[in-house]
Amino acid sequence: MKERFLFGYDPFVLPFTLGMVFIILYLLVGTARIIISLTHEEQISLLKSLKPKQLFKTIKDVITDCLLHIKIFKRNPLLGYMHFSIAFGWFMLIVVGHIEVMLYTPQRNGILYYPVFFRYFVMETQQTLRGAFFFFLMDLFLLMVLSGIALAIFKRFRSRALGMRRTTKLKIGDTFALYSLWAIFPLRLLAESFTADISGGSFLTKSINHLVHGFVSNPDNALPIWWCYSIALGVFLFALPFSRYMHIPTEILLIFLRNAGIKATSFRNGYAEAEIYSCSRCGICIDACPMGVNLGDIKFSTVYTIRLLRKRENALEGAEKCLMCNKCVEVCPVGINSTQLKLLYRQSFNDTGDHDFSYLSPQNIKHNKEKILYYAGCMTHLAPAIYLSLFKILKKAGIEYNFMDADGSICCGRPLMLSGDFKGASQLIDKNKDIILNSGCTTLLLSCPICYKVFREEYNLQGIEVVHHSVYINDLLNSGKIKVDRVHESFVFHDPCELGRGSNIYNEPRELLSSIGTLKNSPEEKGESICCGGSLGSLTMQYERRKRITEHSLSMLYTNNPDTLVTACPLCLKTFSPVNSKRTVDIAQVVSEHLI
Amino acid sequence: MNNFGYSISPSSRIDLDKRDNDKFTRIVLLEPGFRKCMACGLCSSTCSGANFTDVSLRRAIEMIQDGQEKSAIVLLKGCMLCGKCNIICPRGINTRNLIRNILKVYMEELQ
Repeated sequence: MKERFLFGYDPFVLPFTLGMVFIILYLLVGTARIIISLTHEEQISLLKSLKPKQLFKTIKDVITDCLLHIKIFKRNPLLGYMHFSIAFGWFMLIVVGHIEVMLYTPQRNGILYYPVFFRYFVMETQQTLRGAFFFFLMDLFLLMVLSGIALAIFKRFRSRALGMRRTTKLKIGDTFALYSLWAIFPLRLLAESFTADISGGSFLTKSINHLVHGFVSNPDNALPIWWCYSIALGVFLFALPFSRYMHIPTEILLIFLRNAGIKATSFRNGYAEAEIYSCSRCGICIDACPMGVNLGDIKFSTVYTIRLLRKRENALEGAEKCLMCNKCVEVCPVGINSTQLKLLYRQSFNDTGDHDFSYLSPQNIKHNKEKILYYAGCMTHLAPAIYLSLFKILKKAGIEYNFMDADGSICCGRPLMLSGDFKGASQLIDKNKDIILNSGCTTLLLSCPICYKVFREEYNLQGIEVVHHSVYINDLLNSGKIKVDRVHESFVFHDPCELGRGSNIYNEPRELLSSIGTLKNSPEEKGESICCGGSLGSLTMQYERRKRITEHSLSMLYTNNPDTLVTACPLCLKTFSPVNSKRTVDIAQVVSEHLI
Repeated sequence: MNNFGYSISPSSRIDLDKRDNDKFTRIVLLEPGFRKCMACGLCSSTCSGANFTDVSLRRAIEMIQDGQEKSAIVLLKGCMLCGKCNIICPRGINTRNLIRNILKVYMEELQ
């Protein structure tokens, strides 16, 4: 292998080199800005996370998420392969390209453009096994990327074949980056094929060179195609910061920050900024969003809200319309906690402290010897059948309890928090916390997943176990304190957002139902369950639109034609019952009906 | 004029001239359900806050329609936004959005 040119330079490398210098500077400035905007503690924990053991995990995460795209593979193998082949193939092209430079032209080490245009600058003097091996690798990975690009082009026309009903609408920056990305690899193939008789090649480039030999035997024809290749790379690199492909570099930073335990504390600062730029606008959240059943509401789905945030435009409408059901967070391949971003965004507008809760005097406190404190919460008071059934079960099991809000509840604070008013919510949290801590209980039993989430995450009740009744009843059944009849009835379980995705409780309610009757599946359940539409998360959505979501969710639940719809959330129960032609019951009601 | 020891009290019930129509329309735009209220009172009867104090959405809406915004705000300040009224409302009004916006729009001048 020998160099063809004395200086190892040709003007065609300029577009690529300028683009590369631009993007390196841009990334350095961006990374520095994000790290500077972190608080001192966050910076220290980021430094601490660079210890070998944690670093190893972070690098593993970077490889599985950014290169192999394991999460997308799990969703749809073909879509996963598309992302995997482009990312991994391209990465390997870069790596093998550098190895080639190191081996054959070590004097050119460190020159930005040399590995990229290696085959233009060298000529093959003798065929060796090592050379053939590297050429084969380069052609193999190029073929891999090309197959991914072919899939990507196919997906533009028929996204359904890759498991996506809707894809993201592109903006001008995205269009430039997308088309230049599509152009890069076919152009690379042509460029390398045109010079394959000089530089050598493998199964792909050599074969094409043979095919078009008459044309390329005139070396003047090769240079224009190398120019095109370099320009395509240059356009892509210059368009990168203004396009969705910014996620490629930012995601690595995001994984480092996430593994250091850093969380978003404002909607546009430090970690949040990294999250916003990591959004690849893949559009997986569009199909997942329950609002998708209302055609006009697609523009409010997470991907577009994050795009508005990134452009520093007003995203309030989307942020306030969102049901906060967390499904987009569940399916997001990058793991962006968009619900938290929207919540922080709401907070920046609505944390007014308009509310006044001084009327909630501390006289409600009563001390009791019972170790179990039951808090129904506002919503459960709308469906008293739930707590009456629960009390029947507790009585049967011989368990003494104390009903904290028999005379009316002080709200748990979660609804106020969801509206962005953290100040008001903290007042309610303090009032409730006083009552709970003074009651001397060791277990706080709840029926409402909305309360459950906030009691677990915001109350900081040390020494008190917070349980949801579906888990508690399941424990009673497992420990033999209650017994149930087996009946010929089939159930389908609707996972409430705050219980499933919010608190990661999926199996206990299912175990419980399976011990009573037959549990039928629905196509979108557990992490993928569709919000009932009644969510308190949405501040502005109107009744008609909510109702359509409820109907859609219900039709999915009834796919396998179960007899009864069971849920574990009073809000879901109240939302489904008016629309449901069959019976909607809470899980406590099912158990109490079949107690022996 | 003879002094009878008493006089006719001015009507405080309905005085549309006192109403700030600009703000009223703003609220209607922000929550179209505002006009749908038929004052059935289900929201007030189910209200969590009303167990402890005199929070009442029904009365607040009527007061705003009659131009008594200040008293309406006093009534709504105690709302915990728990959403019970939202579910129970037979007219499908997004009551939480309504309460939020009433507080937002009418508290501007007080601050």
